Amino acid sequence: MPDATGLELIAQELRDADAASVLDTVFQRGRAVLIVDAGRVHGVLATLQEKGYGFLASLHGVDYYPDEPRLGVLYELLDMDTVDRITVKARVHTDSPRIASVCDLWPGANHPEREVYDMFGVIFEGHADLRRILMPEDFEGFPQRRDYPIGGEPVLFTFNEETNYGKWQ
Amino acid sequence: MEVKREQLDDFRVRQLQSRDLLRGEMSDEDLQRYVEQAVMTTTVEKAVAWARGNSIYPLTFGLACCAIEMMSIVAARLDIARFGFEVFRASPRQADLIILSGRVSTKMAPVVRRIYDQMLEPRWAISMGACCSSMGVFNNYALVPSDKFMPIDVHVPGCPPRPEALAHGILRLRSKVQGNAPEGWRERYDAIGTEELLPGATDTESAAISVLRPGDTAGA
Repeated sequence: MPDATGLELIAQELRDADAASVLDTVFQRGRAVLIVDAGRVHGVLATLQEKGYGFLASLHGVDYYPDEPRLGVLYELLDMDTVDRITVKARVHTDSPRIASVCDLWPGANHPEREVYDMFGVIFEGHADLRRILMPEDFEGFPQRRDYPIGGEPVLFTFNEETNYGKWQ
Repeated sequence: MEVKREQLDDFRVRQLQSRDLLRGEMSDEDLQRYVEQAVMTTTVEKAVAWARGNSIYPLTFGLACCAIEMMSIVAARLDIARFGFEVFRASPRQADLIILSGRVSTKMAPVVRRIYDQMLEPRWAISMGACCSSMGVFNNYALVPSDKFMPIDVHVPGCPPRPEALAHGILRLRSKVQGNAPEGWRERYDAIGTEELLPGATDTESAAISVLRPGDTAGA
Protein backbone atom coordinates (compact mmCIF):
# COMPACT_ATOMS: atom_id res chain seq x y z
CA MET A 1 0.00 0.00 0.00
CA PRO A 2 1.18 3.50 -0.64
CA ASP A 3 0.82 5.44 2.61
CA ALA A 4 -1.33 8.57 2.82
CA THR A 5 1.49 10.76 1.59
CA GLY A 6 2.29 8.42 -1.27
CA LEU A 7 -1.35 8.49 -2.31
CA GLU A 8 -1.32 12.29 -2.38
CA LEU A 9 1.85 12.26 -4.46
CA ILE A 10 0.24 9.92 -6.98
CA ALA A 11 -2.87 12.10 -7.06
CA GLN A 12 -0.74 15.20 -7.56
CA GLU A 13 1.08 13.56 -10.42
CA LEU A 14 -2.20 12.63 -12.09
CA ARG A 15 -3.59 16.13 -11.57
CA ASP A 16 -0.49 17.61 -13.14
CA ALA A 17 -1.16 15.57 -16.25
CA ASP A 18 -4.91 16.28 -16.30
CA ALA A 19 -6.27 18.71 -13.75
CA ALA A 20 -9.82 17.30 -13.71
CA SER A 21 -8.91 13.64 -13.51
CA VAL A 22 -8.75 12.97 -9.77
CA LEU A 23 -11.82 14.20 -7.93
CA ASP A 24 -10.85 13.06 -4.47
CA THR A 25 -8.56 10.76 -2.51
CA VAL A 26 -9.51 8.58 0.43
CA PHE A 27 -7.07 6.85 2.71
CA GLN A 28 -8.92 4.66 5.17
CA ARG A 29 -7.94 1.55 7.06
CA GLY A 30 -4.69 1.33 5.14
CA ARG A 31 -6.40 1.33 1.78
CA ALA A 32 -5.55 3.97 -0.80
CA VAL A 33 -8.46 5.05 -3.00
CA LEU A 34 -8.45 7.42 -5.93
CA ILE A 35 -11.85 8.77 -6.91
CA VAL A 36 -11.63 9.54 -10.59
CA ASP A 37 -13.83 11.30 -13.11
CA ALA A 38 -15.57 8.65 -15.22
CA GLY A 39 -14.60 10.23 -18.52
CA ARG A 40 -10.89 10.18 -17.66
CA VAL A 41 -10.58 6.78 -16.05
CA HIS A 42 -8.80 5.24 -19.02
CA GLY A 43 -6.02 7.83 -18.98
CA VAL A 44 -5.59 7.52 -15.21
CA LEU A 45 -5.36 3.74 -15.39
CA ALA A 46 -2.88 3.91 -18.29
CA THR A 47 -0.67 6.24 -16.21
CA LEU A 48 -0.91 3.99 -13.17
CA GLN A 49 -0.05 0.97 -15.30
CA GLU A 50 3.08 2.73 -16.53
CA LYS A 51 3.99 3.67 -12.95
CA GLY A 52 4.14 -0.03 -12.05
CA TYR A 53 0.57 -0.94 -11.10
CA GLY A 54 0.64 -3.53 -13.83
CA PHE A 55 -1.83 -6.06 -12.46
CA LEU A 56 -5.60 -5.54 -12.53
CA ALA A 57 -6.59 -7.66 -9.55
CA SER A 58 -10.30 -6.96 -9.81
CA LEU A 59 -12.83 -4.97 -11.75
CA HIS A 60 -16.29 -4.79 -10.29
CA GLY A 61 -19.44 -2.73 -10.01
CA VAL A 62 -21.35 -1.19 -7.14
CA ASP A 63 -24.80 0.34 -6.95
CA TYR A 64 -24.90 3.35 -4.59
CA TYR A 65 -28.70 3.61 -4.71
CA PRO A 66 -30.25 6.17 -4.19
CA ASP A 67 -27.25 8.48 -4.62
CA GLU A 68 -26.57 9.80 -8.09
CA PRO A 69 -24.40 9.11 -9.98
CA ARG A 70 -25.46 5.68 -8.82
CA LEU A 71 -23.27 3.13 -10.49
CA GLY A 72 -19.68 2.70 -9.43
CA VAL A 73 -16.97 0.88 -11.34
CA LEU A 74 -14.04 -0.12 -9.16
CA TYR A 75 -10.57 -1.11 -10.30
CA GLU A 76 -8.19 -2.80 -7.88
CA LEU A 77 -4.60 -2.44 -9.05
CA LEU A 78 -1.53 -4.20 -7.74
CA ASP A 79 2.15 -3.37 -8.13
CA MET A 80 3.76 -6.79 -8.26
CA ASP A 81 7.26 -5.53 -7.44
CA THR A 82 6.55 -3.43 -4.36
CA VAL A 83 3.28 -5.23 -3.48
CA ASP A 84 1.43 -1.92 -3.41
CA ARG A 85 -2.29 -1.88 -3.96
CA ILE A 86 -4.44 1.04 -5.05
CA THR A 87 -8.16 1.30 -5.73
CA VAL A 88 -9.60 3.48 -8.48
CA LYS A 89 -13.27 4.34 -8.23
CA ALA A 90 -15.40 5.95 -10.91
CA ARG A 91 -19.12 6.76 -10.77
CA VAL A 92 -21.47 6.88 -13.73
CA HIS A 93 -25.05 8.10 -13.98
CA THR A 94 -27.83 5.60 -14.68
CA ASP A 95 -29.20 7.80 -17.46
CA SER A 96 -26.06 7.29 -19.52
CA PRO A 97 -23.93 4.62 -17.86
CA ARG A 98 -20.93 4.79 -20.16
CA ILE A 99 -17.29 4.37 -19.32
CA ALA A 100 -14.21 3.55 -21.36
CA SER A 101 -13.16 -0.07 -21.60
CA VAL A 102 -9.72 -0.99 -20.32
CA CYS A 103 -9.46 -4.15 -22.41
CA ASP A 104 -6.66 -2.58 -24.42
CA LEU A 105 -4.62 -2.10 -21.22
CA TRP A 106 -5.50 -5.42 -19.60
CA PRO A 107 -6.99 -8.05 -21.93
CA GLY A 108 -8.13 -9.89 -18.79
CA ALA A 109 -10.64 -7.11 -18.16
CA ASN A 110 -12.82 -8.59 -20.90
CA HIS A 111 -14.89 -10.91 -18.74
CA PRO A 112 -15.16 -8.66 -15.65
CA GLU A 113 -16.43 -5.84 -17.84
CA ARG A 114 -19.02 -8.14 -19.39
CA GLU A 115 -20.07 -9.18 -15.91
CA VAL A 116 -20.44 -5.57 -14.75
CA TYR A 117 -22.46 -4.89 -17.90
CA ASP A 118 -24.61 -7.96 -17.23
CA MET A 119 -25.31 -7.15 -13.60
CA PHE A 120 -25.34 -3.32 -13.53
CA GLY A 121 -25.83 -2.23 -17.12
CA VAL A 122 -22.66 -0.18 -17.37
CA ILE A 123 -21.69 0.12 -21.04
CA PHE A 124 -17.95 -0.17 -21.62
CA GLU A 125 -17.13 1.80 -24.75
CA GLY A 126 -14.49 0.14 -26.88
CA HIS A 127 -15.20 -3.36 -25.59
CA ALA A 128 -14.96 -5.80 -28.47
CA ASP A 129 -17.77 -8.16 -27.43
CA LEU A 130 -20.02 -6.57 -24.84
CA ARG A 131 -22.86 -9.01 -24.17
CA ARG A 132 -24.30 -10.86 -21.19
CA ILE A 133 -22.06 -13.39 -19.55
CA LEU A 134 -24.00 -14.83 -16.58
CA MET A 135 -27.67 -14.26 -17.30
CA PRO A 136 -29.45 -15.72 -20.35
CA GLU A 137 -29.04 -13.76 -23.57
CA ASP A 138 -32.70 -12.75 -23.65
CA PHE A 139 -32.79 -11.59 -20.03
CA GLU A 140 -34.19 -8.12 -19.51
CA GLY A 141 -32.94 -5.74 -16.86
CA PHE A 142 -29.84 -5.62 -14.74
CA PRO A 143 -30.44 -7.74 -11.67
CA GLN A 144 -27.76 -6.42 -9.33
CA ARG A 145 -29.16 -2.91 -9.46
CA ARG A 146 -30.79 -2.29 -6.14
CA ASP A 147 -34.07 -1.13 -7.64
CA TYR A 148 -34.43 -4.42 -9.53
CA PRO A 149 -37.18 -6.60 -8.01
CA ILE A 150 -35.77 -9.69 -6.36
CA GLY A 151 -38.34 -11.91 -8.06
CA GLY A 152 -38.86 -15.55 -7.18
CA GLU A 153 -41.87 -17.64 -6.31
CA PRO A 154 -44.39 -16.82 -3.59
CA VAL A 155 -43.72 -19.09 -0.64
CA LEU A 156 -46.66 -21.04 0.74
CA PHE A 157 -47.60 -20.50 4.37
CA THR A 158 -45.97 -17.08 4.42
CA PHE A 159 -48.23 -14.91 2.26
CA ASN A 160 -50.53 -14.02 5.18
CA GLU A 161 -47.95 -13.87 7.94
CA GLU A 162 -48.34 -10.08 8.03
CA THR A 163 -51.95 -10.31 9.18
CA ASN A 164 -52.18 -13.66 10.88
CA TYR A 165 -51.46 -14.66 14.41
CA GLY A 166 -47.90 -15.63 15.04
CA LYS A 167 -46.28 -12.92 13.04
CA TRP A 168 -43.03 -11.48 14.41
CA GLN A 169 -43.68 -12.36 18.04
CA MET B 1 -23.43 -105.75 12.04
CA GLU B 2 -26.86 -104.35 11.46
CA VAL B 3 -27.36 -102.28 8.38
CA LYS B 4 -29.76 -99.29 8.80
CA ARG B 5 -31.17 -97.08 6.10
CA GLU B 6 -30.88 -93.44 7.16
CA GLN B 7 -33.78 -91.08 6.75
CA LEU B 8 -33.29 -89.04 3.58
CA ASP B 9 -32.95 -85.36 4.43
CA ASP B 10 -34.98 -82.70 2.67
CA PHE B 11 -32.20 -81.50 0.41
CA ARG B 12 -31.52 -85.03 -0.82
CA VAL B 13 -35.23 -85.50 -1.53
CA ARG B 14 -35.38 -82.38 -3.64
CA GLN B 15 -32.21 -83.38 -5.43
CA LEU B 16 -33.73 -86.72 -6.37
CA GLN B 17 -36.98 -85.06 -7.42
CA SER B 18 -35.10 -82.74 -9.74
CA ARG B 19 -33.23 -85.66 -11.21
CA ASP B 20 -36.49 -87.49 -11.86
CA LEU B 21 -38.00 -84.36 -13.37
CA LEU B 22 -35.12 -83.92 -15.77
CA ARG B 23 -35.24 -87.58 -16.75
CA GLY B 24 -39.01 -87.36 -17.24
CA GLU B 25 -39.54 -90.11 -14.70
CA MET B 26 -41.56 -88.14 -12.20
CA SER B 27 -45.03 -89.41 -11.39
CA ASP B 28 -48.04 -87.22 -12.21
CA GLU B 29 -48.92 -86.33 -8.62
CA ASP B 30 -45.35 -85.50 -7.81
CA LEU B 31 -45.04 -83.41 -10.96
CA GLN B 32 -48.20 -81.51 -10.07
CA ARG B 33 -46.92 -80.78 -6.58
CA TYR B 34 -43.52 -79.82 -7.92
CA VAL B 35 -44.93 -77.31 -10.38
CA GLU B 36 -47.17 -75.78 -7.71
CA GLN B 37 -44.16 -75.26 -5.50
CA ALA B 38 -41.79 -73.97 -8.14
CA VAL B 39 -43.88 -71.74 -10.37
CA MET B 40 -45.42 -68.42 -9.40
CA THR B 41 -48.01 -66.75 -11.60
CA THR B 42 -48.23 -63.02 -12.07
CA THR B 43 -49.00 -60.49 -14.79
CA VAL B 44 -46.45 -59.26 -17.27
CA GLU B 45 -46.91 -55.71 -16.05
CA LYS B 46 -46.13 -56.65 -12.49
CA ALA B 47 -43.09 -58.66 -13.47
CA VAL B 48 -41.77 -55.87 -15.67
CA ALA B 49 -42.40 -53.29 -12.97
CA TRP B 50 -40.58 -55.46 -10.46
CA ALA B 51 -37.61 -55.72 -12.79
CA ARG B 52 -37.64 -52.05 -13.63
CA GLY B 53 -37.81 -50.96 -10.04
CA ASN B 54 -34.77 -53.02 -9.20
CA SER B 55 -32.56 -51.79 -12.03
CA ILE B 56 -32.86 -48.02 -12.20
CA TYR B 57 -29.63 -46.40 -13.35
CA PRO B 58 -29.24 -42.77 -12.36
CA LEU B 59 -27.69 -40.18 -14.62
CA THR B 60 -24.32 -38.65 -13.80
CA PHE B 61 -25.64 -35.16 -13.31
CA GLY B 62 -24.77 -32.83 -10.48
CA LEU B 63 -25.95 -29.25 -10.21
CA ALA B 64 -24.70 -27.85 -6.92
CA CYS B 65 -23.87 -28.72 -3.34
CA CYS B 66 -26.55 -31.46 -3.16
CA ALA B 67 -24.45 -33.32 -5.71
CA ILE B 68 -21.80 -33.81 -3.02
CA GLU B 69 -24.37 -35.64 -0.92
CA MET B 70 -25.57 -37.51 -3.99
CA MET B 71 -22.06 -38.77 -4.69
CA SER B 72 -21.84 -40.46 -1.33
CA ILE B 73 -24.87 -42.70 -1.90
CA VAL B 74 -22.86 -44.85 -4.28
CA ALA B 75 -19.98 -45.12 -1.82
CA ALA B 76 -19.49 -47.88 0.70
CA ARG B 77 -21.71 -46.60 3.50
CA LEU B 78 -25.01 -46.37 1.64
CA ASP B 79 -24.12 -48.25 -1.53
CA ILE B 80 -27.36 -48.05 -3.51
CA ALA B 81 -25.99 -50.79 -5.77
CA ARG B 82 -27.60 -53.05 -3.16
CA PHE B 83 -30.99 -52.01 -4.54
CA GLY B 84 -29.98 -52.24 -8.18
CA PHE B 85 -29.33 -48.53 -8.60
CA GLU B 86 -26.10 -49.81 -9.90
CA VAL B 87 -24.02 -47.28 -11.72
CA PHE B 88 -24.27 -43.64 -12.59
CA ARG B 89 -24.51 -43.68 -16.38
CA ALA B 90 -22.69 -40.90 -18.18
CA SER B 91 -25.18 -40.72 -21.05
CA PRO B 92 -28.86 -39.79 -20.78
CA ARG B 93 -29.59 -42.49 -23.35
CA GLN B 94 -28.54 -45.15 -20.87
CA ALA B 95 -30.05 -43.63 -17.75
CA ASP B 96 -33.49 -44.17 -16.25
CA LEU B 97 -33.40 -41.62 -13.47
CA ILE B 98 -32.28 -38.02 -13.29
CA ILE B 99 -31.52 -36.66 -9.83
CA LEU B 100 -31.73 -32.88 -9.89
CA SER B 101 -29.20 -32.21 -7.16
CA GLY B 102 -29.05 -28.49 -6.64
CA ARG B 103 -30.46 -25.20 -7.80
CA VAL B 104 -31.58 -24.82 -11.41
CA SER B 105 -31.01 -21.39 -12.86
CA THR B 106 -33.17 -19.96 -15.62
CA LYS B 107 -30.22 -20.40 -17.95
CA MET B 108 -29.74 -24.02 -16.91
CA ALA B 109 -33.41 -25.03 -17.08
CA PRO B 110 -33.54 -25.53 -20.88
CA VAL B 111 -30.41 -27.67 -20.64
CA VAL B 112 -31.91 -29.82 -17.90
CA ARG B 113 -35.14 -30.18 -19.86
CA ARG B 114 -33.21 -31.20 -22.95
CA ILE B 115 -31.25 -33.84 -21.05
CA TYR B 116 -34.51 -35.13 -19.59
CA ASP B 117 -36.03 -35.30 -23.08
CA GLN B 118 -33.04 -37.26 -24.31
CA MET B 119 -33.61 -39.98 -21.73
CA LEU B 120 -35.50 -43.02 -22.96
CA GLU B 121 -38.88 -44.05 -21.59
CA PRO B 122 -39.53 -45.17 -18.95
CA ARG B 123 -37.74 -42.41 -17.08
CA TRP B 124 -38.07 -40.90 -13.65
CA ALA B 125 -36.89 -37.77 -11.93
CA ILE B 126 -36.02 -36.99 -8.34
CA SER B 127 -35.88 -33.39 -7.20
CA MET B 128 -33.30 -33.28 -4.45
CA GLY B 129 -33.08 -30.47 -1.93
CA ALA B 130 -34.93 -27.27 -1.22
CA CYS B 131 -33.56 -25.19 -4.11
CA CYS B 132 -34.73 -27.57 -6.77
CA SER B 133 -38.21 -28.04 -5.33
CA SER B 134 -39.04 -24.56 -4.03
CA MET B 135 -35.91 -22.50 -4.75
CA GLY B 136 -35.04 -22.54 -1.04
CA VAL B 137 -32.78 -19.74 0.11
CA PHE B 138 -32.21 -18.63 -3.47
CA ASN B 139 -35.81 -17.62 -4.06
CA ASN B 140 -35.08 -14.85 -6.58
CA TYR B 141 -35.05 -13.91 -10.24
CA ALA B 142 -32.22 -16.27 -11.16
CA LEU B 143 -33.76 -19.64 -10.31
CA VAL B 144 -36.72 -21.71 -11.41
CA PRO B 145 -38.30 -24.60 -9.49
CA SER B 146 -37.97 -27.91 -11.28
CA ASP B 147 -41.72 -28.58 -11.34
CA LYS B 148 -42.13 -25.67 -13.71
CA PHE B 149 -40.33 -27.33 -16.59
CA MET B 150 -40.36 -31.09 -16.07
CA PRO B 151 -42.37 -33.74 -14.26
CA ILE B 152 -40.89 -34.85 -10.94
CA ASP B 153 -41.70 -38.17 -9.30
CA VAL B 154 -40.14 -37.78 -5.86
CA HIS B 155 -39.15 -34.67 -3.96
CA VAL B 156 -36.47 -35.11 -1.32
CA PRO B 157 -36.57 -32.18 1.12
CA GLY B 158 -33.55 -30.86 2.96
CA CYS B 159 -30.81 -28.32 2.58
CA PRO B 160 -29.01 -30.39 1.57
CA PRO B 161 -30.75 -33.71 2.31
CA ARG B 162 -28.58 -36.22 4.07
CA PRO B 163 -27.51 -39.13 1.85
CA GLU B 164 -29.85 -41.34 3.88
CA ALA B 165 -32.74 -39.09 2.88
CA LEU B 166 -31.85 -39.46 -0.77
CA ALA B 167 -31.57 -43.22 -0.38
CA HIS B 168 -35.01 -43.17 1.22
CA GLY B 169 -36.31 -41.14 -1.72
CA ILE B 170 -34.83 -43.65 -4.12
CA LEU B 171 -36.54 -46.51 -2.28
CA ARG B 172 -39.80 -44.54 -2.40
CA LEU B 173 -39.31 -44.24 -6.13
CA ARG B 174 -38.72 -47.97 -6.33
CA SER B 175 -42.01 -48.71 -4.59
CA LYS B 176 -43.72 -46.24 -6.89
CA VAL B 177 -42.26 -47.89 -9.98
CA GLN B 178 -43.25 -51.32 -8.70
CA GLY B 179 -46.83 -50.19 -8.42
CA ASN B 180 -47.29 -49.83 -4.66
CA ALA B 181 -46.72 -46.14 -4.24
CA PRO B 182 -46.63 -45.11 -0.60
CA GLU B 183 -49.45 -42.86 0.48
CA GLY B 184 -48.74 -39.21 1.04
CA TRP B 185 -49.53 -37.77 4.44
CA ARG B 186 -52.74 -36.20 3.12
CA GLU B 187 -54.09 -39.60 2.09
CA ARG B 188 -52.89 -41.25 5.27
CA TYR B 189 -54.46 -38.69 7.59
CA ASP B 190 -57.54 -38.09 5.43
CA ALA B 191 -56.57 -34.49 4.78
CA ILE B 192 -57.44 -34.09 1.11
CA GLY B 193 -58.63 -30.57 0.43
CA THR B 194 -56.53 -28.86 3.06
CA GLU B 195 -53.98 -27.54 0.60
CA GLU B 196 -53.13 -23.93 1.23
CA LEU B 197 -53.71 -21.76 -1.81
CA LEU B 198 -52.26 -18.45 -2.75
CA PRO B 199 -54.63 -15.47 -2.39
CA GLY B 200 -56.89 -15.06 -5.38
CA ALA B 201 -56.54 -18.66 -6.48
CA THR B 202 -59.80 -20.38 -7.30
CA ASP B 203 -58.82 -23.91 -8.24
CA THR B 204 -56.13 -26.20 -6.92
CA GLU B 205 -54.85 -27.17 -10.34
CA SER B 206 -53.70 -23.74 -11.41
CA ALA B 207 -52.61 -22.55 -7.99
CA ALA B 208 -50.44 -25.51 -7.12
CA ILE B 209 -46.71 -25.00 -7.40
CA SER B 210 -46.50 -28.17 -9.46
CA VAL B 211 -47.75 -27.57 -12.97
CA LEU B 212 -46.73 -30.86 -14.54
CA ARG B 213 -47.95 -34.11 -13.05
CA PRO B 214 -45.58 -37.08 -12.76
CA GLY B 215 -45.66 -39.11 -15.96
CA ASP B 216 -47.07 -36.18 -17.91
CA THR B 217 -44.52 -35.29 -20.53
CA ALA B 218 -46.65 -32.88 -22.52
CA GLY B 219 -45.17 -29.51 -23.28
CA ALA B 220 -41.73 -30.88 -24.03
